[in-house]
Amino acid sequence: MKIQTRLRRRGAIAALAAVGTLLAGCGGSSGGSSSASTTTGTTSNSSGKTTKISFLVDNGDGTVAMAKAVTDAFHAAHPNITVDVQTRPGGGDGDNIVKTRLSTGDMADVFQYNNGSLLQPLKPAQTLVPVDAASWTSDLDKNFVDSTTVDGKLYGSPWGPAFGGGILYNIPVYKKLGLQIPQTWAQFMANSAKIKAAGIAPVIQTYGDTWTSQLIVLGDYHNVEATTPDWATKYSNGQIKYATDPAALRSFQHLEDLHKAGYFNKDYRSAKLNDGLKELATGTGAQYPMLGSVVAGIEQQVPGKINDVGFFPVPGDSAATNGLTIWPANGIYIPKTTKGDKLAAAKEFQAFFATKAACDALTKGQAPTGPYMSKQCTLPADVTQVTKDTTKYITEGKASTALEFKSPVKGPNLEKILIQVGSGIESAQKGAQDYDQDVRKQAQQLGLSWAS
Amino acid sequence: MTPVTTLQQSTGTARPVARRHRTRTAPVDARYPYWFYLLPAVVYGVFFLVPTVVSFYYAFTRWDLFTAHWVGLENFRTFFQEQSLVRGLTNTLIYAAITSGLKVVLGMALAVLLTSKIIARGYLRSVLFFPTLVSTIGIGITFTVLMNPEKGLINNMLSHAGVTGPAWLVDPSWALYSVAFVDVWKGVGLATVIYIAGLVSIPQEYYEAARVDGASSWTVFRHIMLPLARPATATVVLLSLIGGLRSFDLIWTMTGGGPGFTSDVIASVVYKQYQAGFYGLSTAGNVVLFVVVAIIAVPLSWFLNRKEVQA
Repeated sequence: MKIQTRLRRRGAIAALAAVGTLLAGCGGSSGGSSSASTTTGTTSNSSGKTTKISFLVDNGDGTVAMAKAVTDAFHAAHPNITVDVQTRPGGGDGDNIVKTRLSTGDMADVFQYNNGSLLQPLKPAQTLVPVDAASWTSDLDKNFVDSTTVDGKLYGSPWGPAFGGGILYNIPVYKKLGLQIPQTWAQFMANSAKIKAAGIAPVIQTYGDTWTSQLIVLGDYHNVEATTPDWATKYSNGQIKYATDPAALRSFQHLEDLHKAGYFNKDYRSAKLNDGLKELATGTGAQYPMLGSVVAGIEQQVPGKINDVGFFPVPGDSAATNGLTIWPANGIYIPKTTKGDKLAAAKEFQAFFATKAACDALTKGQAPTGPYMSKQCTLPADVTQVTKDTTKYITEGKASTALEFKSPVKGPNLEKILIQVGSGIESAQKGAQDYDQDVRKQAQQLGLSWAS
Repeated sequence: MTPVTTLQQSTGTARPVARRHRTRTAPVDARYPYWFYLLPAVVYGVFFLVPTVVSFYYAFTRWDLFTAHWVGLENFRTFFQEQSLVRGLTNTLIYAAITSGLKVVLGMALAVLLTSKIIARGYLRSVLFFPTLVSTIGIGITFTVLMNPEKGLINNMLSHAGVTGPAWLVDPSWALYSVAFVDVWKGVGLATVIYIAGLVSIPQEYYEAARVDGASSWTVFRHIMLPLARPATATVVLLSLIGGLRSFDLIWTMTGGGPGFTSDVIASVVYKQYQAGFYGLSTAGNVVLFVVVAIIAVPLSWFLNRKEVQA
């Protein structure tokens, strides 16, 4: 009988121990690590040792190369700080990882993430350390500051250069056919007709990568805003809608026009971004509504052809107001869970991104796609044609930031809706109505008043 | 004295014995079983029960992972207004019906073939079962490449035969059926194995008696195999129907619900809402999916099992 009770007790202890380890495993990682590292940090730094901070970036090839280049440059300038680069997936999965890690207090000490409409859902006031009035902030581009500011507080420093959203085009095809850069949609359609007659696909679409379908609408925003200057504010307040505002609806109709005219490449339903870049660079397709930031990929797809590709804004109704829609650089943020020495080191690292040394390092990592967001930085002379074109529109003042940086509401299903319009599954009018419904959900989530 | 009746007799007598045995020896036996239950119970509770119960609460909130506001039924209202929901619901039902129907028919046919005396039977059985063992994501990616309308192997072979193949995954009217076809290709092995087990357990005496009476192969199939393999049919139908209703991984890998929203099922609608950060809304969607599966599966299971007892 004694043996039996002992056995039973041992069983109980084993079970409790197992439960204990389980619970410790769950809770320890977030609470334990930060407090422990803070204390070791204080002791080590006072004795002149290094502080180690972690830096989370998305796992895009270009991003990783830039992160490596910039941390190397930072190590050279700050030998007592070590930055450990970690990666996460991009896209919606990456958004969820960032939100989950922030909400569980498990975020890296510094991280790179979007600004604009994607910054707001992170609840910066609760989760991020605002940038105090530091000397470097005065050098920042106004567009960047506006899209990285929430409720009057700036939260990040710029990650890399800005880029445009417009039409990439094949320069040899344009030269051969004697075409001019179109400034109105009518000119664009006339060019496309001539290109088609020459046996070349006028417009490239790549619905195999769904996000690529959006540029014809998102890149048209400069033209939309030209008709109503405070379009974004009215849109956030639900006073203006895609389906009912004629200028905005026209963005959807452009896509329908192109589908009806049969201007797309033959494999547009299954082609991916890289297929599209290949078609563009080799001249089997002439024009590709896209982000200027993808040009680096051309060098990998078709080496030596990168300067055969130029860039112009999405043409609108009026040649006089036509201009480029731009995406300011992403931000570098510090979560509130970074404390003590790590916070000081993180702030140094964040500030470093606004310096010339950082921009030069980023340039080494990946050729820039547009101007940098700090006045201290300059572009090298040998930039690509797309970068030159992008910079030209920005310096001429013919550029404005995309809608997603001016309004917190962007519907998650735009890419799918535009594929429906571009594939002829539904009309532009119906697509715009669907998108308004989609945006309504996002507005509800943010608690905005949005009349239905 | 067929094996069937012996089996029934033996289970009939075994039951009271087991019950008696359990009540008498309970105090001694309990010390191991009860403690051994604790750890699985904790794991099951922490990782399954608690999240399930909590999700019913979050389904009624606007939840952004940081804070949750109680919004009552608003999530359910929004979910039912979802533009892709009606299509998602119909697609889910179509997909579940096609996949489970084909798995029953093909599984039965292949099981009859593979229980007959043919050459390389063991080899064919393993070949047929092989796709079940491969990761769904791997299969999805492989078939996405094979089904590429311009560069894929399938359409290349068809064009050699003089046939212009459809655009499979990127044609709105084909996408869902293409995925369903791959699902059947992957799942038919399991259905066949269940049927083989069912057919093998039919006593030889029935076949012998039928042959003595001069029954044709079709009559044997229709009046012996089909009714006596009923438990196997019930299992295959239930498993593949529930699998079809909850299907997500294959559809997500192959089409992502597209082109547009044309191959969306409930699970992919829910996942997209989760991706967009509408956590409360997608939790509400999961509650709806849970209810739909339960409404279809529970009565069906009851119906199939009731018939089984009568047969």
